[in-house]
Amino acid sequence: MSSVLIVVEHNKQKLKMATLKALTFARQAAKKLNTQLNLLVIGHEVEAVAKQLQPYGANTIYLVEDPAYKNYTAETWGHVTAEVAKQCDAVLIGINTGTTGRDLMPRVAAKLNAGMVTDLIDFDGDLFVREMWAGNARAFIEVTTPITVASIQGTAFGVAEPGGTESSITRLEIPVPKTKTRFLEIRETKSDRPDPTEARVVVSGGRGMKGPENFKLIEDLTDLFNGAVGASRAAVDSGWISNDLQVGQTGKTVAPDLYIAAGISGAIQHLAGMKNSKVIVAINKDEEAPIFQVSDYGLVADLFKVVPELTEALRKEI
Amino acid sequence: MKILVTAKRVTDPDMKIKIKEDGSGIDLSSMSFKVNPFDEIAIEEALRIRKDKGGEVVVVGIGSDKAQTEIRYGLSMGADRGIHVQVDGYMDSEVIAQILKSIVEKEQPDLVFLGKQAVDDDNNQVAQLLAEYLGWGQACFASKIEVNESKAIVEREVDGGIEIMEIDLPGIVSADLRLNEPRYPALPAIMKAKKKELQTLKPGDLGVDITPKVIVKRMAEPAQRKGGRMVADVPELVRLLKEEAKVI
Repeated sequence: MSSVLIVVEHNKQKLKMATLKALTFARQAAKKLNTQLNLLVIGHEVEAVAKQLQPYGANTIYLVEDPAYKNYTAETWGHVTAEVAKQCDAVLIGINTGTTGRDLMPRVAAKLNAGMVTDLIDFDGDLFVREMWAGNARAFIEVTTPITVASIQGTAFGVAEPGGTESSITRLEIPVPKTKTRFLEIRETKSDRPDPTEARVVVSGGRGMKGPENFKLIEDLTDLFNGAVGASRAAVDSGWISNDLQVGQTGKTVAPDLYIAAGISGAIQHLAGMKNSKVIVAINKDEEAPIFQVSDYGLVADLFKVVPELTEALRKEI
Repeated sequence: MKILVTAKRVTDPDMKIKIKEDGSGIDLSSMSFKVNPFDEIAIEEALRIRKDKGGEVVVVGIGSDKAQTEIRYGLSMGADRGIHVQVDGYMDSEVIAQILKSIVEKEQPDLVFLGKQAVDDDNNQVAQLLAEYLGWGQACFASKIEVNESKAIVEREVDGGIEIMEIDLPGIVSADLRLNEPRYPALPAIMKAKKKELQTLKPGDLGVDITPKVIVKRMAEPAQRKGGRMVADVPELVRLLKEEAKVI
């Protein structure tokens, strides 16, 4: 029987929450296409990740382990994904979007002679929906190949709850391919805060922050909610804050319950990454800033005065 | 060292787009165009590598006759020559990657440098597809690159930080935002670029089938947010967040 296959993104110990959003999409898609639903965990000593997924009702969880698969590369993981997709007759192969998904999936598409949909937000069983032009156009897409490959935009789907029959784990041996790239190391951003794509509250700072030392104001506010820190491109380009906190067209797409933008003017490219947040608060001293056109509550003020004031006021409320 | 770079013609990313009323696409009539900003970064990096290592930088553009404007821009930045593959109408990422593959096979560069995504269709696929078609390695979302004789060390912007990898040459690299600050061509360079070689080819010359696999059937405006409400001060904001928005 044909299947929908989801590649599981994980940090070697735990699956990423975005995988559970991709799973929500995959359940819907498997129903619409009347197929099985399978998951694929790739890595080295990652059985624990596969086990975490057992309560979610997939037909089979494929587990492919080898020391060579420990650190992701597009060549190795792409090879494994394509081989497993063939074995389980996958007609739709997906992963949550992010730098891994976007790096990996075109390679899989090329191997399987499949059309690819980047960052899909919907699928009606026939056409896929995705956004283009920094979120300003919604495109309805037909894929003419028998197999479709996709990255899945997590903001469009809820986190899947456990449900269905417990999944079995099937180990597969996929011989390691010869590669022309080698992983050397990762300089990880050290932070106790959640990722902006996973937090209920995101507080972002932009050019108006004026310097890295002032992001303390943003951190104090977001820490009230155990929230995440985000940033506009201007703040990242200035080297004030880590690149992986950039929210926008070419960075991360977020949709938290509450998004607070401080000192961010609201360029089209930034709005693309946060316009689907449930509630948006904008603080900017320029009343003409475009961010106010999308914010539910706008406050024209000096952020250095009102952000600490807001932090103090909210501390009493929560 | 021979480096192939791409120059895609895209709508100005700072202009607001309008979707045609019949949903058939973007109304391009009042738009201005420029080189995809990520391609501009790729071209800049290729020029810096050439300065250090010597060699040649070839700019490739695919599209209508107008796409030559963006190739010329790459030449005015300092690239040596251009190749224009003339295609009118829609192409998906796969068609573009197939065309680039045939150009790579003809030109045999040591490195192909592309923008990580085009800011119009936001697909982020071509570099990766091309790498697989060629059987080469890929280093996508590069924020730093150091080229040796037969290898390059690339720093990549990834979720969670910066990843460092090694890639054999020839190889494919896609440029992220913080790789460099592209130069602005000076007037003499723009004049000089007009005389540089620009070869035009057709997909048929290259033996490439341009039938797309991924087709945009229609387009629509995304739901618009109703924003714009202003509050007077922090106490009002806190009250509304609590009582109206109910997020605290």
